[in-house]
Amino acid sequence: MSADIARLESIARQIRARIIETSHRTNTPHLGSCLSCVDILVAAYFQTLRLDPAKPRDADRDRFILSKGHGAAALFQVLGVRGFYPVAMLDDYGKDGSLFAEHPPAPEYLPGIEAATGSLGHGLPIGLGMALAARIHGRKYNVIALLSDGECNEGSVWEAAMMAASQKAERLAVLIDFNKWQATGRSEQVLALSPLVDKWRAFGWNACEADGHDMAALVRLMQRVPDGSGKPIAIVAHTVKGKGVSFMEDDNNWHYRIPTADEVLAAKKELGVAA
Amino acid sequence: MRNAFADEITRLGGADPRVVLLSGDIGNKLFDKFKEQAPGRFFNCGVAEANMMGVAAGMALSGLRPVVYTITPFTTTRCFEQIRVDVCYHKAPVIIVGTGSGLSYADLGPTHHSCEDLAILRTLPGMTVLAPGDSLELRAGLRAALKHDGPVYMRIGKKGEPQIHPREPDFQLGRALTIQQGTDVCLLATGVMLATAMQAAKLLAEQRISARVESFPTVKPLDTARLAELFGRYGVVAVIEEHGRIGGLGGAIAEWLATQEAARARLLSFGTADEFMHEVGTTEYARKRFGLTAENIAREVAGRHAHRR
Repeated sequence: MSADIARLESIARQIRARIIETSHRTNTPHLGSCLSCVDILVAAYFQTLRLDPAKPRDADRDRFILSKGHGAAALFQVLGVRGFYPVAMLDDYGKDGSLFAEHPPAPEYLPGIEAATGSLGHGLPIGLGMALAARIHGRKYNVIALLSDGECNEGSVWEAAMMAASQKAERLAVLIDFNKWQATGRSEQVLALSPLVDKWRAFGWNACEADGHDMAALVRLMQRVPDGSGKPIAIVAHTVKGKGVSFMEDDNNWHYRIPTADEVLAAKKELGVAA
Repeated sequence: MRNAFADEITRLGGADPRVVLLSGDIGNKLFDKFKEQAPGRFFNCGVAEANMMGVAAGMALSGLRPVVYTITPFTTTRCFEQIRVDVCYHKAPVIIVGTGSGLSYADLGPTHHSCEDLAILRTLPGMTVLAPGDSLELRAGLRAALKHDGPVYMRIGKKGEPQIHPREPDFQLGRALTIQQGTDVCLLATGVMLATAMQAAKLLAEQRISARVESFPTVKPLDTARLAELFGRYGVVAVIEEHGRIGGLGGAIAEWLATQEAARARLLSFGTADEFMHEVGTTEYARKRFGLTAENIAREVAGRHAHRR
């Protein structure tokens, strides 16, 4: 394992611990959904995306849109640790008047946020607009939208998928946090999702599968955007909801459950993060 | 109006490289000149309006000035959440154009009518709502919208609407335009009903009732200074719109009026009833069905005027 990958994995463990602590302290739900996408966020923000936290509105920055806005509790920690704002700002999490709750606010209110999401199916169309704007402006930035598998229920996702293909939006990529659950059931059972990779291929995308907790694979695949094919790229990342804490993994109760103080301690012990 | 829109947006797109035109698979040949002039800035987004609105927001957040164009229900109610979240919450400067608004497409049935758009769109924080009364108001309104740093919704007619202004008016967002002076009653029109208001004023003149005619091309923000003047001065103020009587310009004025201490004038509201017009017919048929004719407006206004004297 390279030093880079070890560094990323260490950051991911710290971020997971911070998310779990914050959930307990502020009664913020969606813990399972946040933990499933931590590795993707860390691989993106700490290794792949070309951006400078000191210049969050730089016109040439890569754009990352958390289309699954209910993963905001993870994104807020990642952006803070990455240096978009002081980590101390997160002490206000969940307080009245704070910016940090369950979904990302509009970009003007918090550095690093590209779009206010939370209503599902919005991030990919917005990202497509940003990718088309890059072409009009002659810029070379990439746009990556992170979607949940449940989010693929939304028709607007597939509207955007078709237009991205017709427009040959090769600097646009979709990452699916495919944790096999949505709020109240197995995503395959709620609305038949499979074959998910084939669906993206059929919609004209270069689609592949990945282990969504394999940092090296995630970095490698995201760095391949654009891949020269003229097609947008879909990375279907197989993940585990609640990843990183044995008693949360693949248990959908943690979509809404808040951990107790003892559970926070147990989780941090498993993550190898000091209490 | 749609030809004037196509012509003006082509002109604006030639002068401003930020202008991008997005169409929901309509306007066959209408935008040929725009496409010829700036092929990289025209997007046929297909029959997928939710995506089209999100794409427009993403472009606006990247420094472009997208203009979204399709038939009114599909560019408003079909993708309302995208307008609310992607456009308005982000304060994205997207210009949303609804063509064939109101009863323009009466013969296409209720799926293509739009008598709710003004009501719905004006609820959105930061949204400017325009309904130009003729092609000159449209051209000037489009230019003002492009200079405005925020979301704008503009509902326009179809084609063949009468020209009212002899020359381009001094158009400002949020300002009413006085079309003709009058001393007895006031007719206040928004959108394509401006021509009908003019005809009604003519009929009233034949009965020796002098009617002032005001065009309200901006429905939001309301020109409350002008309204205060009008309601202080006239015994009858009639609002005329090709829109439901719930929540449109008449509704907006009623909201304002209820907060005023001494409003002398009585508000009369002309618009469509609280029902879908299921039967087909021409625009003229539909307007008549809802009392949106010069004859009916003149009759009711004259009756109210006589009653108040």
